[in-house]
Amino acid sequence: MSAPLLEVRDLVTHFFTRAGVVKAVDGISFTLNPGEVMGLVGESGSGKSITGFSLLGLVDAPGRIVAGSVKLNGQELVGLPQAELRRIRGKTMSMVFQDPAMTLNPVLTVRRQMRLALAAHERMSDAAATARCVDVLSRVGIPDAARRLDSYPHEFSGGMRQRVALAIALLHRPAVIVADEPTTALDVSIQAQILAEMKDLVRDSGTALIWISHDLATVSSLAGKMAVMYAGRMVETGPTGTVLSAPRHHYTRGLLDSLPSQAEPGQDLRQIPGSTPSLLGLPPGCPFASRCPAGTATCAQVSPEITWEGGRGFRCHHPLVEALA
Amino acid sequence: MTLNPNLRRFFSEFAENKVALVAAIIVLAIVLLALLAPLVAPQDPYDLASLTLRDARRPPGYVGTQGYTHLLGTDAQGRDLLSAILYGLRISLQMGLVAGAIAFALGATIGTTAAYLGGRVEAVLMRVVDLQLSFPAILLAFVLAALLGQGRWPLTAALVAAQYAYFARTAHGAAVAERQKDYVEAALSTPLPGRTVVLRHILPNCMAPLLVVGTVQVASAISLEATLSFLGVGLPPTEPSLGMLISNGFQYMLSGRYWISIYPGVALIVLIIAINLVGDQIRDQLNPRLRR
Repeated sequence: MSAPLLEVRDLVTHFFTRAGVVKAVDGISFTLNPGEVMGLVGESGSGKSITGFSLLGLVDAPGRIVAGSVKLNGQELVGLPQAELRRIRGKTMSMVFQDPAMTLNPVLTVRRQMRLALAAHERMSDAAATARCVDVLSRVGIPDAARRLDSYPHEFSGGMRQRVALAIALLHRPAVIVADEPTTALDVSIQAQILAEMKDLVRDSGTALIWISHDLATVSSLAGKMAVMYAGRMVETGPTGTVLSAPRHHYTRGLLDSLPSQAEPGQDLRQIPGSTPSLLGLPPGCPFASRCPAGTATCAQVSPEITWEGGRGFRCHHPLVEALA
Repeated sequence: MTLNPNLRRFFSEFAENKVALVAAIIVLAIVLLALLAPLVAPQDPYDLASLTLRDARRPPGYVGTQGYTHLLGTDAQGRDLLSAILYGLRISLQMGLVAGAIAFALGATIGTTAAYLGGRVEAVLMRVVDLQLSFPAILLAFVLAALLGQGRWPLTAALVAAQYAYFARTAHGAAVAERQKDYVEAALSTPLPGRTVVLRHILPNCMAPLLVVGTVQVASAISLEATLSFLGVGLPPTEPSLGMLISNGFQYMLSGRYWISIYPGVALIVLIIAINLVGDQIRDQLNPRLRR
């Protein structure tokens, strides 16, 4: 088997705050092949966004990657000087953010912004640049792309703006795109359209995609595999279908149960009791132990190692066995 | 060439405010008159040979020895006041615009550079600006004008020194807010040079507030120049600006020869109010919160 496109090993990112060390990302490992989509799922504060930032070396002080490795095409990114990372960002690996209102410059036309993004990595003629821009804009589903190039961001709807942001991420035909909740700010029908277009894009271009989201539905429709994060740790990972249909970790199970579609009409929504622990000074054991229906004394004391079973892994002393009804 | 639709919308919205429209027309008319002064003015007020003391201090409507009517009267040297005012406006506008433009460029550069670099450079640059804003602009301009001597360029330097701080403050405020935006961070995370990011991403976002400050500062540069000339540290008496005309006529006010001071004063006030009204309207239109 050839080396994967992206290989992340035991990535650890800490924030050294005045109040203490925040272990935002605590040992994440995964691999990604060309054309593969991985969903990264978790609650707010579970470290999924910081994982995305860490991959691109974008963690700001007081945060720092303290251990682990990120290999892109065999090249180690952790510890690489910023100048080298700048040459990779936006070119081989790019990122899309949640709020397109913040990622597009309101006073520049789409053409000028895309031109700047192109100029960052490549010298090319205006004609070639225009052709490239029109090409990526049409690929993300913007009709009449040549004319829309001279529009300002405010002249686009929210969904169209996110498509433009996505097009900018695609400009240099990156090998990996990290998408940090790119559809969260959009309404459901637009979400569905963008998801469909993402699927086509990934299939046609062979770009690998890391889809960070708290929305299990988008992940299940898009990602071939997924990882569930809790308190900075990867608690469960595997092919999306099997993880969602037969979760082994109680936290994944809890997430699934709290989906509104799981409740009967008129019934209260199910929720996971308690709240996410503070990442400052986590207890020694499993971070989920205090909220877990199967939590025992061992769970509170000993942090479970990852157990691999076939293509999937989970960190639990008392994994679920039954299939979801 | 057809007008950019955004510009066209800007102008049609501007025209909806009748007061601002009238003000804009007045500003344009004054600029035009000032530009065409040598053609419009009955007399060249700088040509000392053409002045006769026999025509001095004559009231408006007096028909002079040269055979034409002095519509606004004459001053103590026998200058036709209308001509002197037109040439004075020329100087005032020139000083205001040149000083305003240089202060704009200097202030915008300092403000955005400070915001981009941050840290100590920012602290030093902006504290100097704050220090300067903490005492009246007129004081600094007065001292500088007195030190540098008379003439257009020393006076321009004094005006710029007194005014760049407003631009720097405005640019800095806008640029700091911009610096933290995702698209600036994103641009900086690529090999795009910092200079490009500042010029292409940050500066365009600071233009709206800078333009508003710009119009107000042009008006205030004009009044500052007039004040300095009135106080005698501005332009040389051979090239009377509006401020000097007012100052010259001041001593005759009590003897009933009001016109020597009043008419240049009216011209100055009309110009400054008109520029400010135009500036107000531009501010309203560029402020998204005041938009309908």
